[in-house]
Amino acid sequence: MTHLFPYLIAGWIFLVGCYGLATSRHLVHAVGCLAVCQSATYVLLLAVGYREGGTAPVHSDLAPHSRPLVDPVVQALTLTDVVVGATVTALLLALVIQVAKRHGTVDPDELSELRG
Amino acid sequence: MTIRMRRWVMGTGAIGLAALFVAAFMRLPRFGGDRHPYGDRATDAALTRHTANVVSSINFDLRAFDTLGEESILFAAVLGTVVLLRQTREEDRVPPRSAAVDPWVRRYALAALPVALVVGLYVVAHGQLSPGGGFQGGVIVATAVHLLYIGVDYRALERIRPVALYEVGDAVGEAAYLLVGAAALIGGSAFLANTLLPYGTFNTLTSGGVVPLLNLAVGIEVACAVVVLVSRFLDQAVEITDAASDAEGAGTR
Repeated sequence: MTHLFPYLIAGWIFLVGCYGLATSRHLVHAVGCLAVCQSATYVLLLAVGYREGGTAPVHSDLAPHSRPLVDPVVQALTLTDVVVGATVTALLLALVIQVAKRHGTVDPDELSELRG
Repeated sequence: MTIRMRRWVMGTGAIGLAALFVAAFMRLPRFGGDRHPYGDRATDAALTRHTANVVSSINFDLRAFDTLGEESILFAAVLGTVVLLRQTREEDRVPPRSAAVDPWVRRYALAALPVALVVGLYVVAHGQLSPGGGFQGGVIVATAVHLLYIGVDYRALERIRPVALYEVGDAVGEAAYLLVGAAALIGGSAFLANTLLPYGTFNTLTSGGVVPLLNLAVGIEVACAVVVLVSRFLDQAVEITDAASDAEGAGTR
């Protein structure tokens, strides 16, 4: 069970984000929930890459092959993930500003009609 | 769909997804296990190419082409934000007013600004050696610039932040990455292959071949991109106003 725990945490964070998205009453809140969903992938990636007793895969103050290292590939993927998440958040917030200007509301439930 | 109904649909889906998650997690490699074939190979590759920070070696050497895509996503997102948050015909631009700042906030912000700037540049420059790199350092540099907005006011920020220059910097960072990649082609190798420069002495600033160059290109791009991005949002908050509400305000005055 303990070896599943970090993976389950990742799944839980994802579902909490989904719950927030489904019940959101404010678009900025929804963007925040999407960021929570995405942070589940960080936890999952880093959990996959963990090695017992491993240290950071950085050799600036560590002699090569002196200690086990955690998986650097998933760390690089997490970095990519963070960057993409930040850009998506920025773009969505810009869209929220436009929605607020055009429709005068940021409640997703009130944004039902299409407008040209 | 009523809110009640929506919660039911959401709940059913979430339970199903949770079950799938658990089923999938059972078959994942054991947490903390010793089998990391890709990680081991990446570490060996980084050591043969004299790059102390294995994560940077992966980002700017082994997966350099993917990082080009990542950088381009950032570039495109900034472009999209600039287009979305431009000043429309119905909107007016008012000059920002000077603001009163608590003296302690001002002192702290102005003391932290140079420190943050140097830390950011350090993190960019040492990306190939220690944790950090162009993405992280670029964001720190951009944040340092905005301490001026917190510590003084928007006018002071605008004085040291000609947005047009940062837009050029954004494009220059992106172009530099492409050019370094293309330079490898001239050398008779593959696009973005780390064959252009000697690998240097392990754990020194110039080690790692083209990793420091690509790292720097990304650092320039990210710092400029974040400054441009934040400037668009700040413009919306500080400078751009609705013409209609302006007219109303003038009428009541």
